[in-house]
Amino acid sequence: MLALERVSKTYPNGVEALARFSAAIKQGEIVAIIGGSGCGKSTLLRAIAGLDRASSGTVTLDDEAISSPHAKIGIIFQEPRLLPWLSVADNIGFGLADLPAAERRGKVARALERVGLADKADAWPRELSGGQAQRVAIARALVPQPEVLLLDEPFSALDAFTRRDLQDHLLDLWADTRPTLILVTHDVDEAVVLADRVLVMRPRPGRLFDQIEINLARPRDRNSPLFDSFKRNVLTSLDRSLDRNVPDRDATQGPGQAMWW
Amino acid sequence: MSRAPSRLSRYARPLLGLALPLTLALGWELAVWLGWSNGRLVPPPSRVFATIVELARSGELTRHIAATLYRVGLGFVLGVVAGTLLGAIAGYWSLARRLLDPTIQALRAIPSIAWVPLFILWLGIFETSKIALIAVGVFFPVYLGVMGAILSVDRKIVEVGRIFRLSGPAMIRRILLPAVLPAYVVSLRVGLGLGWMFVVAAEFMGASEGLGYLLIDGQQLGKPAQIVAAIVIFAILGKLTDWLIEIATVPLLRWQDAFGRERGGA
Ligand SMILES: Nc1ncnc2c1ncn2[C@@H]1O[C@H](COP(=O)(O)OP(=O)(O)O)[C@@H](O)[C@H]1O
Ligand SMILES: [Mg+2]
Repeated sequence: MLALERVSKTYPNGVEALARFSAAIKQGEIVAIIGGSGCGKSTLLRAIAGLDRASSGTVTLDDEAISSPHAKIGIIFQEPRLLPWLSVADNIGFGLADLPAAERRGKVARALERVGLADKADAWPRELSGGQAQRVAIARALVPQPEVLLLDEPFSALDAFTRRDLQDHLLDLWADTRPTLILVTHDVDEAVVLADRVLVMRPRPGRLFDQIEINLARPRDRNSPLFDSFKRNVLTSLDRSLDRNVPDRDATQGPGQAMWW
Repeated sequence: MSRAPSRLSRYARPLLGLALPLTLALGWELAVWLGWSNGRLVPPPSRVFATIVELARSGELTRHIAATLYRVGLGFVLGVVAGTLLGAIAGYWSLARRLLDPTIQALRAIPSIAWVPLFILWLGIFETSKIALIAVGVFFPVYLGVMGAILSVDRKIVEVGRIFRLSGPAMIRRILLPAVLPAYVVSLRVGLGLGWMFVVAAEFMGASEGLGYLLIDGQQLGKPAQIVAAIVIFAILGKLTDWLIEIATVPLLRWQDAFGRERGGA
């Protein structure tokens, strides 16, 4: 279990990016974090990853305090961040340097197969499309089998079609080992299609505003009325988080809904 | 793109570059041969070539080339080692940078040739002062190249290393070194170019052998063919050594998005 206890972060320049954020996330749960720009989502994720230290509060994974990057926690950024001097296969195997070469090769080959890029093993990162590069980044993060995988707007730079494709693909990969997924997104659709629970944040200072459980069986049908109603719930909550007036929670199309971010 | 034009351009491009100097050389040869000029001050290619052959036959050429190559080689190695070490230290530790860099930048502002009298006083007129001058010339571009390359390594890539919990040495080996390599190779080539420049200056200050000595000797004895011969050999050696660095580093830089390579240039 991943426990966040009153995690706060004030940057040296005085910006209070995160204030007393608490949450408990079960092993294997998929949590989406959504909120306006600048409300501390990346700050939160970086604190969980151990890349930055919280100013106060604690992050614990299975009772172990996290203050620096941990073997059981992986992260995928908005950009693939592949190492341009390594082939696709070597990028995927980057976190496996401690394994014997044969074992590493086997794992990398399976991962390549799994993300559908077996034919690209020897390609350079620059030869990949944006979607393919992000697949490699996903494989690189998953191949050491983390217990927690953090994703910071991982698909936001991709076109709508590729994004959907990768969302489905991510779920598929998740089912293999069922790590905890914490996904930052500003795409309501993405949050509802992937998450068991959506955490809505509000800005200045960044904090938890609302939680919405998505009690929908998988695979989820993006066109079902139930899916739509969950989406509306999330949107309404988002509008509230930004202090917009939303008189009626059931209003089908609030004026600011699509433009909240 | 069909194949024929690219195959053509592969050979035609260097040939095109050769066309102008070859035409000029042949034209001048012809002009002297036809007696339009005596070619005393500007010797025709055949006379330059004859001079080279003559020098080579007597063993003189080997001696001069060896002397110059030795100076450039040793000066280059010393300059590269010092530039790489100090550049890496200044790039890696900001405290060291704040301490070192202002001084080095101030020294860089001095035209390197201005050191010559001091070097001669300190190190004598023989090899040591020459090699020191060359090393100084090589040092600055390498220092700047290494420091700049380390400072401009993408923080996002370094974070990938941190996420995979690389130790300090592993971070250097697996992230920093490959990331700075392209800029480093460029600085080596710039440094080598300066090394060739400074060896001439060094050999002007009293040498009894070396290609720079051939230049001075040719001037004092009024042998323009010998001067041009030395210049031609300088050009060949400079190009050759630069090409050696390029060849040696090609396998390390294959991953680069090279604009020139894709278009069949270079
Ligand atoms: N390194 C930093 N130094 C100072 N302020 C920062 C830094 N990173 C983020 N911030 C500020 O903290 C707030 C939250 O940023 P961030 O976590 O990136 O938001 P989000 O990812 O939700 O858009 C913003 O106001 C941002 O300007
Ligand atoms: Mg962000």
